[in-house]
Amino acid sequence: MTVVDADALGKSFGRVRVLRDLTLRVDGGDTVALFGPNGAGKSTLLRICATLYAPTAGTLALFGSRRRSAEIRRRIGLLSHQSFLYPDLSARENLVFYGRLYGLARPEHVADAWLERVGLAASANRTVRVFSRGMEQRLALARTLLHDPELLLLDEPWSALDAAGADLLSALLEGLRAEGRTILVATHDFERGVALAERAVILHGGRVVWEASPSDATVSVEAAYRQVTGAVAA
Amino acid sequence: MWSILRKDLLLEFRTREAIAALIVLVVLIVLTFTFSLDPEGARAAAPAVLWVTLIFAGLLAVQRTFLVERESGAWYGLLLGPVDRGAIFVAKLIANLLVLAIADVVLTLLLVLVLGTGVPTAPLELVFVNALGLIGFSALATLFAAISVRLRARELLLPLLVLPLLVPVVICAVEASRIVLAGGGAAAAAPWLRVLATFDVIVTVAGWMLFEQLVLE
Repeated sequence: MTVVDADALGKSFGRVRVLRDLTLRVDGGDTVALFGPNGAGKSTLLRICATLYAPTAGTLALFGSRRRSAEIRRRIGLLSHQSFLYPDLSARENLVFYGRLYGLARPEHVADAWLERVGLAASANRTVRVFSRGMEQRLALARTLLHDPELLLLDEPWSALDAAGADLLSALLEGLRAEGRTILVATHDFERGVALAERAVILHGGRVVWEASPSDATVSVEAAYRQVTGAVAA
Repeated sequence: MWSILRKDLLLEFRTREAIAALIVLVVLIVLTFTFSLDPEGARAAAPAVLWVTLIFAGLLAVQRTFLVERESGAWYGLLLGPVDRGAIFVAKLIANLLVLAIADVVLTLLLVLVLGTGVPTAPLELVFVNALGLIGFSALATLFAAISVRLRARELLLPLLVLPLLVPVVICAVEASRIVLAGGGAAAAAPWLRVLATFDVIVTVAGWMLFEQLVLE
């Protein structure tokens, strides 16, 4: 089943065109790494896929549906640059709130389990305002995953994490990939992105300009990135 | 919807940002009128003082509720949730209404104790009038605060957008309050209350239906 089916997608903010004629298909269980320079449209694409932005051109079908219903949103988890957390609530209160929002049966229990899993159990009752950027990113990861989404949209997930946090995230994502979740990850980290993904896609100027399987020994994503973005920019 | 309302109230209880700003403004405005009006004039001006204060202080508080979420990015977390986005509007509307109701109680006490308007002879009827006026105001202000909060000149735009549309609420609420405070009873204020109630229903239903389209970027 095609989980993300973007056809000739366009998005403009005022006069600025961020996405142009972007076509991308992601099948269920696929892990796709999105690479691209700043302003290439990666974050905008992920936010459109998360139903936060409406495209200004083209069509987007999620799980085979063009509707942006609550049921579709329930199947999506988005980890963004912003943590989507409330600074004046504690880590646990944040997760319990999101658990309730997603209609989980035992939000307190799920929140505690996730706090343990991301290594924040000791800071569960501290307000997010006093968290370091890395701790906030760990908590944001728990927020993204606590409702068990089928489609994961991750925007620079390794940013702000220390080595242990980055390894924890990679292990979590590896596990989710093995479970058959669909993952779309935008990153500048070639090493981790290529290690995780079955398909690499390079965006430039709001378009898909290159894609291949990183497992193909003849393909170097980093070399292709330099060549493609440089060639297009020139 | 209840989880959003519960969270909003918990945040307000913890930070007291909106309610503190509201109470300070309410006290300042009432004190200003106290020094400028004689007792007779105060009684006549009480309904106008009540609604002008509630509307200007209320705009500040309503915008604050969205600003906190917008600044932290949690606004997008809400929109991502598998709830009808109209329910977010209703939850915000109720949260704003509760905060404004507290300000309304403080304001009414100040009008009686400081401005010297006298104890209302029909307190329940005054509560009913105030409730209808506050629902209309909160619904409209909540809707436009959600739109204006993503704009740069939001502090300027919210009053510019909302105040002209609030004219029916202001006229009806002031007239109904004047009748009730003068001991006229709800029956005498019925024509104004009918318009207020109609306005409340229209704006609340429209807000609930349009909210998703208005907040989508």
